[in-house]
Amino acid sequence: MAILVEGVAKRYISRGREVEALAPVTMTIEDGAFVAFLGPSGCGKSTLLNIIAGLLPASAGRVVHDGAVVSGPNRRVGYMTQVDSLLPWRTAEANVGLGLELQGVPKDRAAARIDEMLRLVKLEGFRRHFPAELSGGMRKRVALAQVLAYDPGTLLMDEPFGALDAQLKLVMQHELLRIWENTGKTVIFVTHDIAEAVALADRVVVFSARPGRVSAVHEIDLPRPRDVFRVRFQPRFQELCETLWAALEPDMLRQEDAA
Amino acid sequence: MSVTRAGIADDPLAAGEATPAARAQAAAEGRRRLALLGARVAIGVILLACWQFASGRLVDPFFISAPDAVFARLWQWITDGSLVFHLSYTLYATALGFTVGALAGFAIGFLLGRSEALATVVDPYITAIYCLPKIALAPLFIMWFGIGIESKVAVSAVIVFFLVFLNTFAGVRDVNPVHVNAVRIMGGGSWALLRKVILPSAAAWVFTGLKVSVPYALIGAVVGEMMSSNRGIGFLISQSTAMFDTASTFAGLVVLAVVGATINAALKRLERHVLRWRAPA
Ligand SMILES: Nc1ncnc2c1ncn2[C@@H]1O[C@H](COP(=O)(O)OP(=O)(O)OP(=O)(O)O)[C@@H](O)[C@H]1O
Ligand SMILES: [Mg+2]
Repeated sequence: MAILVEGVAKRYISRGREVEALAPVTMTIEDGAFVAFLGPSGCGKSTLLNIIAGLLPASAGRVVHDGAVVSGPNRRVGYMTQVDSLLPWRTAEANVGLGLELQGVPKDRAAARIDEMLRLVKLEGFRRHFPAELSGGMRKRVALAQVLAYDPGTLLMDEPFGALDAQLKLVMQHELLRIWENTGKTVIFVTHDIAEAVALADRVVVFSARPGRVSAVHEIDLPRPRDVFRVRFQPRFQELCETLWAALEPDMLRQEDAA
Repeated sequence: MSVTRAGIADDPLAAGEATPAARAQAAAEGRRRLALLGARVAIGVILLACWQFASGRLVDPFFISAPDAVFARLWQWITDGSLVFHLSYTLYATALGFTVGALAGFAIGFLLGRSEALATVVDPYITAIYCLPKIALAPLFIMWFGIGIESKVAVSAVIVFFLVFLNTFAGVRDVNPVHVNAVRIMGGGSWALLRKVILPSAAAWVFTGLKVSVPYALIGAVVGEMMSSNRGIGFLISQSTAMFDTASTFAGLVVLAVVGATINAALKRLERHVLRWRAPA
């Protein structure tokens, strides 16, 4: 069982112009893998995630998840989108409980789970707050708690920690790794941050600038379990970051030229 | 180390405690409200005083009556039971018209909002009918439904229907697809989608429609009564004016103003509660 991305490409047509967002991409994401997507802004990372989540039809190719072709909303995944998807009329705790509610989890068990998740993202004190009363980073943490709460087998996370301060980001990375180690979930994690990709993932897929295509795939051979606080002081960590930077650099410079 | 640093969020203070600063702000808010109330009462008193002064000195009381005469008439209506008699009729017609119009407007707005194709087809007709002054329908309704309460209910229902219908329609179409997708991925079917996303999301719009239509429901009922009736505040006003009884006309207007303001204040409260999730303006 795995996620197979087979020649998936996407062209957007908007206002009479065609934009090639994603050139055909093929990859296999094994069960239980932690894969990071790394690439410059606008290279189609969110587009690919939306296609895997079944929210966007591919222009070509297909995604097969656990043997089934993805053709509508993919209920095997939990998706933490880049844009805010919390329901504004629900409090933080009601948002965290949304997935549990939709899955028909009994109320008392759901309540315990909500408590646990709010504790995990350090927001117990804000359970009765509405999204409009939370900061951007807090909303991201509620979204994280929401997607973890109902325990989907695969997590798609689109820059989940981008809005957090450096320290809180480390704490959340630490919690995510711990959950992943204990549950064996498959994780696809989109980020701009090279160090974050190296610290968390088994494999980093580097995308080139638009139209996005896979320009490099690097296995991260840092030992597990990892300590996100200390891993960055290992020489191997530095080496891997440099390799990834070298893979990204041409695109970064080209983008500056274009700008 | 950094773990405890993030633990600051655990601080109960962060979740909103009644700190001295919060209490001070609440007290300042209380004083501000009191001052506001004082200013409002003062303006009312000044206006009444001017009116009283002008009446008989600057303007013939035949045209503008005077506050003391108006209040005497109001008091008379209260004591002899005619206020209850007429007001209950008007409010009954208003409430009935509002309910019928709101239910129909919500149901049809909802169905049309969910069906893109149908909405596109009937759109020009809706716009055309919307532009009609609904009050102009009142004589027709009196012809159809007679001079009883039915024609007043019909006038007010038609006005309310359009306001609620258009708002519901817009609200249902305004649903954020990101929210729809989130619920579908988490396993929600169309029933869950309706209950957990579409209705709450449209609620703000629907509520706005309900709120703006309450005064119109009152207007519809009163206009119906003015055209033909033997009961109701509208009847009272038109009859008094016909008999050049300005004190009674003004007394009727005062009743309508007070009723309208009361309903609005109640709706504002309700709205604050129902839509408390919205970002404070
Ligand atoms: N709905 C759309 N219509 C037209 N073009 C789109 C649409 N969505 C995305 N694009 C284009 O597709 C390309 C890829 O977008 P995408 O959101 O996948 O990028 P991304 O890699 O996630 O970027 P970022 O890191 O900034 O989030 C962009 O050039 C964007 O302009
Ligand atoms: Mg993106």
